[in-house]
Amino acid sequence: MPILEVDSLTVDIDGEVGRRRILDDVSITLEAGEPMGLVGESGSGKSMTLRSILGMLPPGAEIVEGEIRFRGTNILTSGSRRGYDQRIRGTGISMVFQEPAIALNPVMKVGRQITDAVAEHKGLSKRSAHELAVELMDRVGIADPERRAHSYPFQLSGGMRQRVMIAAALVQEPEVLLCDEPTTALDVTIQAQVLDLFRTMQQERGLGLLYVTHDLAVVAQLCQSISVMKDGRIIEHGVLQSVFDDPTEDHTRKLLTATPRIDDGVFAGTGGDASAGTSEGAR
Amino acid sequence: MSDPLSSASPSAGAPAGTGPGAPSGLGPTPDPSGKPPRTRGGTAARATPQARFALPLPAFLRRHNLQLWTGLIILGAMVLLLAIGPLFVTADPNRQDLLNAFGGSSAAHPLGTDQLGRDILARFLHGGRIDLLVAVIAVIVPFILGTALGALAGYFGRWVDIVIMRLADIVSAFPFYVLVIVLVFVMGNGMASIFVAISAVSWVAYARIVRGEVLVLREEEFVSACRASGLTTPRILSRHVIPNTVSQGIIYAMSDIVLNIGVVVTLSFFGLGIVPPTADWGQMMNDGQQYMGTGNYGLILWPGFAVVLVSLALALIGDGLTNILKPRR
Repeated sequence: MPILEVDSLTVDIDGEVGRRRILDDVSITLEAGEPMGLVGESGSGKSMTLRSILGMLPPGAEIVEGEIRFRGTNILTSGSRRGYDQRIRGTGISMVFQEPAIALNPVMKVGRQITDAVAEHKGLSKRSAHELAVELMDRVGIADPERRAHSYPFQLSGGMRQRVMIAAALVQEPEVLLCDEPTTALDVTIQAQVLDLFRTMQQERGLGLLYVTHDLAVVAQLCQSISVMKDGRIIEHGVLQSVFDDPTEDHTRKLLTATPRIDDGVFAGTGGDASAGTSEGAR
Repeated sequence: MSDPLSSASPSAGAPAGTGPGAPSGLGPTPDPSGKPPRTRGGTAARATPQARFALPLPAFLRRHNLQLWTGLIILGAMVLLLAIGPLFVTADPNRQDLLNAFGGSSAAHPLGTDQLGRDILARFLHGGRIDLLVAVIAVIVPFILGTALGALAGYFGRWVDIVIMRLADIVSAFPFYVLVIVLVFVMGNGMASIFVAISAVSWVAYARIVRGEVLVLREEEFVSACRASGLTTPRILSRHVIPNTVSQGIIYAMSDIVLNIGVVVTLSFFGLGIVPPTADWGQMMNDGQQYMGTGNYGLILWPGFAVVLVSLALALIGDGLTNILKPRR
């Protein structure tokens, strides 16, 4: 059974210009331990899909149709008062945000921030929460975690903040990790390190990864499968290599050609040898 | 070579400081050599106005938070004076000696005596204790009440917001002093009524401040991140949202203490505050203003001077705290 199924999800939003459909019949099937890339241009509905999965749609947005099943249960109606099941957040599905600089509480020490959710649900003592934070910070590659746990976010670099975010997302051992362009705000060198970390964590823990990005090179490095979104619809889905080698949709082809390749100096064609899976992408 | 990502790095001649890449926060110092500041690709650079106003002081002085220190020193001296003063001034502040009314400065009465022959210094020290104590304690309840209500109003919006803020509007529709005086008048004078009256009125300011902060904070991504990690709303409010508003509350609290000193002194001046014969700066000034015409300035001078000094100190502390309590990113 797939770990996460988004089944013909349709979302409308009431805006200034009236009611608009922002997600149209979106279906995603994520197997346990599968890293999937979700790509598309800005405004194609990638982030909205993630927000729907976490039950955090903006005000005015409404799910008009569809189900989101986690381990076979429709989490949209399994919560209290037949609403979204908030228990799934953090423990089942977790999320890493785009900008670690603004996704961390500026006045709380990062160690406490990482473990705050567990501390609330399991009533950890201060000491054991601290130990857990240090252990996790060590796992996500933060040097000197004992000391860093007492830092405030502004004292950390961008890359370190994102590592903290990842640690916080993993603290309750979720089975699915949603990533909303988590490396876009980072330097290229740090990007590579953080991507490495995602890969390690994903493989170590068998995480289902739904990785939203507009950077196909990132998808190529990290994911096994890819879904392409456009105008609130999923227009293409498949195994990474086959989509990269032989996209069926024009739009996918355009996205692929829009990724500059560092090795051949010209834009990557759609030819059969486009081994984008191994190329370091430079944007 | 410079980072190829930072296409917007300013050319060598560009005035430093206009560069987009200066890391936000933590005082980005413009490079005096005119070289382009090292940029970090992708970091959203926020232009932080560093100095609104810089005193023309030598650098070693400017490094310190002068306002804060000046305020703390003045207030500390005053508190110390009020705390240990009565140990040395053993005169009973309430003992009358009518034969010795308006006595001048002497060994027994360094500041002279008032119209009933009571020692002015002793009354000043004991009265100041009461005034400061009441003013400080009367900040705590409105602070907590206002912060809680403001946070609820800001975070939940809708009818919660409407109910709380209309209540605040009702309270603030009345002039501050009028409302306080009416409340104290109804409840009878004394310290308890002062506490209740001040609490009932001045929570409004805290609620407004905190609500405004929360309206901004609840849209922040870290609140989304908190929700995404499965934290419950009470936890998010109490541990993540409210702590981010506390600094603003504390800064306002400093000026609120000043206001409260004014209220206590004013109420006592009108005979509605501290019950006589307990000494209090307001009463002393009230007594003193009746005899100013006869050349007895001591009674009104010292308490008046003290009120101004304490207010100044608290205002300075408030300003100084503004500089250091800003949450940093």
